[in-house]
Amino acid sequence: MSANSEVYDLNVNGQKRQVRDAWVGESLLYVLRERLGLPGSKGACEQGECGSCTVIMDGQAVCSCLVMAATAIDSKITTVEGLTQDDSLTAVQDAFITEGGVQCGFCTPGLIVAIEHLLDNNPDPSQLEVKEAISGNICRCTGYGRIFEAVNTAVTTRRATNL
Amino acid sequence: MSNATKTSIHRDVLGASALRPDGAAKVSGKFEFSSDLHAEHMLWGATLRSPHPFARIISIDLSAAYKIDGVEAIITAQDVPGKKTYGLISSDQPVFASEIVRYVGEPVAAVAADHPETCRRALAAIKVNYEVLTPITDAELAMLPSTTQIHPDGNLFRHQRIITGDQNLQGEIIVEATYEMGMQDQAFLGLEAALAIPDSGGAGVEMFVATQWLHEDQKQIAACLDLPLEKIRITLGGVGGAFGAREDISLQVHCALLALRTSRPIKMQYGREESFYGHVHRHPAKIWIRHHATRTGVIQRIESRMVFDGGAYASTSAAVLINGVTHIQGPYKCLNATVDGYAVRTNNPPCGAMRGFGVVQACYAHESQMDKLAVACGLSPVEIRLINAMVTGDKLITGQVVESVAPVERCIRETDAIEMPAPLARNANALEIVGGSGLTSLPHNIVRGVGWGVSIKNLMYSESFDDFATARCQLQNGVVNLKFATVEVGQGFVVLAPQIARSVLGVDEVIIDPVDTRIGSAGSTSASRQTWMSGGAVDGACRLVRQRLFEHVGTKHNIDPLRLVIEDTDVVDMLGDFRISVIEASTGVFIDETFEHHHRPTEELDENGQGNCHVAFAFVAHRAVVDVDVELGLVKVIQIATAQDVGRVLNPIAALGQIEGGIAQGLGLAVMEEIVLDNGKMRNPSFTDYLLPTALDAPQVIAVMIEEPEPQAPLGAKGIGEPPCISVTPAIAAAIRNATGRDLPRVPIRPQDICL
Amino acid sequence: MTVLIPQSLHDALAAATANPDAQIIQGGTDLMVEVNFNHRKPTDVIALRRVDEIRNYVVTADKKNVVIGSGLPYREMEHGELAQLLPALAQAARTVGSPQIRAAGSIGGNLGTCSPAGDALPVLSALDAVINLQTATTSREISVHDFMVGVKRNARQPGELIVSATLPIINGWQGYAKVGVRNAMVISIASCCLVIDREKGSIGVALGSVGPTIIRCRETEQWLAMQIDLKNISIVAPNLLKEFGDRVAKESKPIDDHRSTAAYRRHAVATLSRRLLTRANTQ
Repeated sequence: MSANSEVYDLNVNGQKRQVRDAWVGESLLYVLRERLGLPGSKGACEQGECGSCTVIMDGQAVCSCLVMAATAIDSKITTVEGLTQDDSLTAVQDAFITEGGVQCGFCTPGLIVAIEHLLDNNPDPSQLEVKEAISGNICRCTGYGRIFEAVNTAVTTRRATNL
Repeated sequence: MSNATKTSIHRDVLGASALRPDGAAKVSGKFEFSSDLHAEHMLWGATLRSPHPFARIISIDLSAAYKIDGVEAIITAQDVPGKKTYGLISSDQPVFASEIVRYVGEPVAAVAADHPETCRRALAAIKVNYEVLTPITDAELAMLPSTTQIHPDGNLFRHQRIITGDQNLQGEIIVEATYEMGMQDQAFLGLEAALAIPDSGGAGVEMFVATQWLHEDQKQIAACLDLPLEKIRITLGGVGGAFGAREDISLQVHCALLALRTSRPIKMQYGREESFYGHVHRHPAKIWIRHHATRTGVIQRIESRMVFDGGAYASTSAAVLINGVTHIQGPYKCLNATVDGYAVRTNNPPCGAMRGFGVVQACYAHESQMDKLAVACGLSPVEIRLINAMVTGDKLITGQVVESVAPVERCIRETDAIEMPAPLARNANALEIVGGSGLTSLPHNIVRGVGWGVSIKNLMYSESFDDFATARCQLQNGVVNLKFATVEVGQGFVVLAPQIARSVLGVDEVIIDPVDTRIGSAGSTSASRQTWMSGGAVDGACRLVRQRLFEHVGTKHNIDPLRLVIEDTDVVDMLGDFRISVIEASTGVFIDETFEHHHRPTEELDENGQGNCHVAFAFVAHRAVVDVDVELGLVKVIQIATAQDVGRVLNPIAALGQIEGGIAQGLGLAVMEEIVLDNGKMRNPSFTDYLLPTALDAPQVIAVMIEEPEPQAPLGAKGIGEPPCISVTPAIAAAIRNATGRDLPRVPIRPQDICL
Repeated sequence: MTVLIPQSLHDALAAATANPDAQIIQGGTDLMVEVNFNHRKPTDVIALRRVDEIRNYVVTADKKNVVIGSGLPYREMEHGELAQLLPALAQAARTVGSPQIRAAGSIGGNLGTCSPAGDALPVLSALDAVINLQTATTSREISVHDFMVGVKRNARQPGELIVSATLPIINGWQGYAKVGVRNAMVISIASCCLVIDREKGSIGVALGSVGPTIIRCRETEQWLAMQIDLKNISIVAPNLLKEFGDRVAKESKPIDDHRSTAAYRRHAVATLSRRLLTRANTQ
C-alpha cells in the first residue's frame, strides 16, 4: 500500500488519473491544477482559510490544498469540473449566474462545490445552516448577499426537479 | 434579504438584470484566471525580497544559486536595461533595490527556473549582505527635518493645504478629536500572476497579466525594458478581484525581464504571503479635526491636520492625500476651512490605491465628528446630518461648486425609512449571536447599537488628469463586436458594455473582443470610473455606428436619416411607416467606429487648496445596527441599511452586488481587517491572521438605489463601486459607540478597545 | 521517498516503528500548511487516513469512559451520541476552523501539533483525558497533562502513534467557549472549558491560547470547591463569581502578539470562565 513518489493514480471525477514525477509533499490542489490539467479548483491562501480549493473527497467537502495528494490514492475525488458530465450546469451553478452570485469568480468554484455538498446532504437547509456551511469559503467581492440568494434559488429548483 | 428589483425587461438592454457573459465559465471552473495560464516550454519566475525594512545592500552573491540544476536566469538591478524605477505618479520605486532596501518585501532579485521548487531553492541560495539601518516607521517622525531621508526624493510625498474663508472663526460649539485608521489590505482572492512570452529575437514581449490598467502597465514596463511601447503587448489575464491593489506594477517588469533574458515564456505568481508584500495597501492615517458650529448645529468651519503614512514608495500617495483633504468636510455645507494634509514616506509597506482612495480615512473622521457635534447640540445623528446636508450648487472648501446631482438629504431620509431589524430573540440560535458557534455570548450579554455614516466621493481621476477611455464598435449582419481595453476585475463591465450596445443599436448579439493594448487606453478600473468613462466610450462608439447605419438605411430607402430611430430591434422612421430590423438593415454592411470619451477637464489645486479639481461626486448614507458583547468587546453587525445616489440603475443585480460587496469590505475595516506592523514588519501576512468577513459575519443589507440621472454622465449613471465601502465603516463604529458609550477613535475597533 | 497508507492499526504501527523519522499525517490540516509554506519538507510519510480503528469511538463496557480514536474527524463529534456524552467536546469541535477543516481535522492532529490554540485541547485537559500511544510492540497511557510539554511540543516518542484519547463520562455539566475576532472560522485568542463532576464534587477549568500550552487552573478549582458545594447546582454569589474569574485570569500566562494582548486575554478567560460557571448552574 505504498504510493511511490514517482507514479501514482488518483480517482478524479470518476476517472483513473496517473500522476507522474511528483514530489511527495505536493498538495492535491497543486496536483489537480498543475499535473492533471484541472485548474477549476483555485488556490488563494494555501492554508485552508479561504475554501477556494474545495473538492469532494470520499463524500466530504475538504480543502484540497491541505490534502497530500499522494495519500489520496484510494479516495474518490470530485472537483468542480466533475459536477456535470457535459457543458450543462447544475442548479447551483445556474443560480449563481442568475442571482448575481458571481463577480470576479475566483471563489466561485470552491463555493459551488461546498454548496453542492451541502444540498446533497441537506436539501432544504435553513439560512443559518447555509451560512455555517459556507463560512469556510471567503468571497471578497459580493458580501455574500447574492450567494445566499443563489442557494435559495437552487434549493427551489432542485426541489421542483426532484418532484 | 434585500430589495433587489428583478426587472421584467425582456431584452438585456440598459436597466435589465442582464447576466454576466463570463458567468458560465466562472461557475464551472473553466474561466481562465491569470494564475491558470500556461505556455509550452515555460519557466517559473520568483522574487527575492528584503527581510529588512531599511538596510544597505553591501553585496549580492549569486554564485551558489546559479549552480542549482534547473536555474536558467537570475537578475538584479544591474540587469534592468531601461529605467531603473517605476511608479504611477512619481517614478521612485526601483524594479530591484540596488543600494538601499526601504521596506520588508522589497524585490532584490528574481530567478527563472524549471519548477517553482527550484525557484525556491535558488532564492534561498542567493546571499545578500545587508547593513541593517534603523527603520523610520512613524509618519510624524519621518516628517521632521532632522530625520534621515529614506529616499533621495525626501520623506514628504506631498503637503497640501486648504485655506478658505474666515481663518479665525470660532463656533459656539466646538468639537475636536484625533482619529486613527489601521492599514487595510485589498485581499483580492486571485493572487498576482502573469505570463510573459518573448518575441523571437528578444525584440518584444507578449504579456498576459491580471492588472487594472493595461496601458499604464505597458508604459511602465516599456520604460524599464527600454523598448518602444508597441513591443510590449498586453492582454488581460483573468482577474480575481483588484480593489486598487493591481493599479501599481508588481511582478510585471520582473516577468518580462526574465522572459527576454531566457528567451522562454515565464510564468510568475505570488502566494498569499508574497501578495501581502507585493502590492500596496490602504494608507494608515491619523487625522486631527475640529468642527466649529452654531448652537443649532450648523457647521461653520473645519480645521484639520491629516497625516497619511504612504510607506516606502510614492505609488498614488499624493492623489490619495488630495482625496483625503478635499473630502474632509463630508457631504455637508461648510464655508470656512483650515486643512493641512501630509502624505509621508516611511519604512512601512508602500500604500496606494484601495477602494475609497483617501476618502475612507476622511469619512471616518468627519462622521465620527458629526456624532460628537450632534451630542453637543442636543440633536440626533439624523438631524445633525440633515441640517448640514449639501445640495447641488453648494461650494466646497476647495471653491469648486458641486454641479453633480447631490441627493444627500434623500439618501439620509430613505435610509432612515428602512425598517429596523427585529430585536435579538432571547432564544436566538448561537449562530445569530456574537461569537457564533464559539458559544461566547448569550443574548443577555448583548447590547444593540445603531449608528450613521454619510459620505461624498469623487468619481474619476482628479487634478487635471485626462483619464479618457476608448472603445470601438463594429456592426455587421446584426452582430456587434466591441473592443476596448477596459479591465474586468469582477465589477461587471463585461455585462454592461453589451447592454449599452443593445440599447443604442437594437441588436441582441454582442461579442466582446479580447481586452488588450491593441486599442487605445480605457484608463484604470478604479475610482468608480468605468461605467461612466468606458461606458461613455462604448455608448459614443455605438452612437457613431448608429448614425452611419441610419445614413446607410436613409440612402438605401430614401429617408432623411434624421427621421430614423431605433425602436426595440428595429430601425424606424418616426414620422412615417418605414420599419426594418437592425439585422436586415446591417446585412452586408460593415460599420466600424472608435470613440474616445473624455470627462470635463479639471484643475490642480493651488497652494491654498483651491481649484475645480474633481469631475463629479456621488453620495450615500449608511445606517448600521450592531450587537455588541460589551464585556468581551466582540461585535456582530446585524443590518446595514443604505440609500445610494447611483444616478441611474443600469443593471439592478450587478449594482446590488457592488453595494453588498462594498459594505462587507467597509465592515472588515471597522471591526477586523488590519495589517499589524511591528517596526516595519507585517505580523499577519496570511488569511489565518488577516481576517476577512465570512458568511456568518455578513449583515442583512437593505439597499435603496436613488435614481436621479446625472446630466454630466453619458448614461446618467454615477459610478457605484466605491461609495458602499466608505461611510459604512464610520456607521458601524458609531453603532458600537452607541452600544458601549466608548469613544473609539480608531478603526479597526479591537475587542480590547471596547472592554478594557 | 515513500508514502505509506496502512489499512490497519497493526500495519500503521509496524510502519511507524520501522521508520521512526517518518512524518505522520492524519487530516493534514496542520502539516500541509507547513509543507505548503516550505517550513517542512517531508520525505517519508505515513498517512493514517485509511486506519479505520482510529477513526471511530467506543463507549467502554462500564459506560464510564469514551475512547476516541485519534483520527475521528471533528465533524463526527458535533452531533449524535458523542455530542450527548461529551457536550464540551462537541462544542469545541464545532468551532474548529471551517466545515472543510472539521471534515479532516482530528484530536490526533490537535495533540500532535500541540498548539495552545488547538480547540479540542482545553476539553481534553479539563476532563483529564488519557492519551494512548503505541508502537508495534508497546502501548502506554499518559495523562494529557503530561503529554502536552510546551508550545508545539509533546511527549510522543519517535515511532509512536497517538492512537486514542480516553475521556470520562461525567455526571454533571461541561461546556466550552471561545473568543475570536470573527464570528466563524477563527483561531481562538482565548478559550475555556469548564467541567463540573457532580458526583465527585469537583471542577475542572482549562484554558486555551493563554500560555505556552493548555493551562489547567488547579488552584482556582480547589478554591472554588471550598467555597461552594459542587455536588449540587448552586447559585454562585456575584462576589464569588468575580473572584473565580479573577483567579482564573491569574493562573493564565498570556502574551502580547499580533492576535491580541495579554491584558485582553486575561480579561477574556476571566469572563469566559465566569460565564461557563454561571451556565453550569443555570442550564
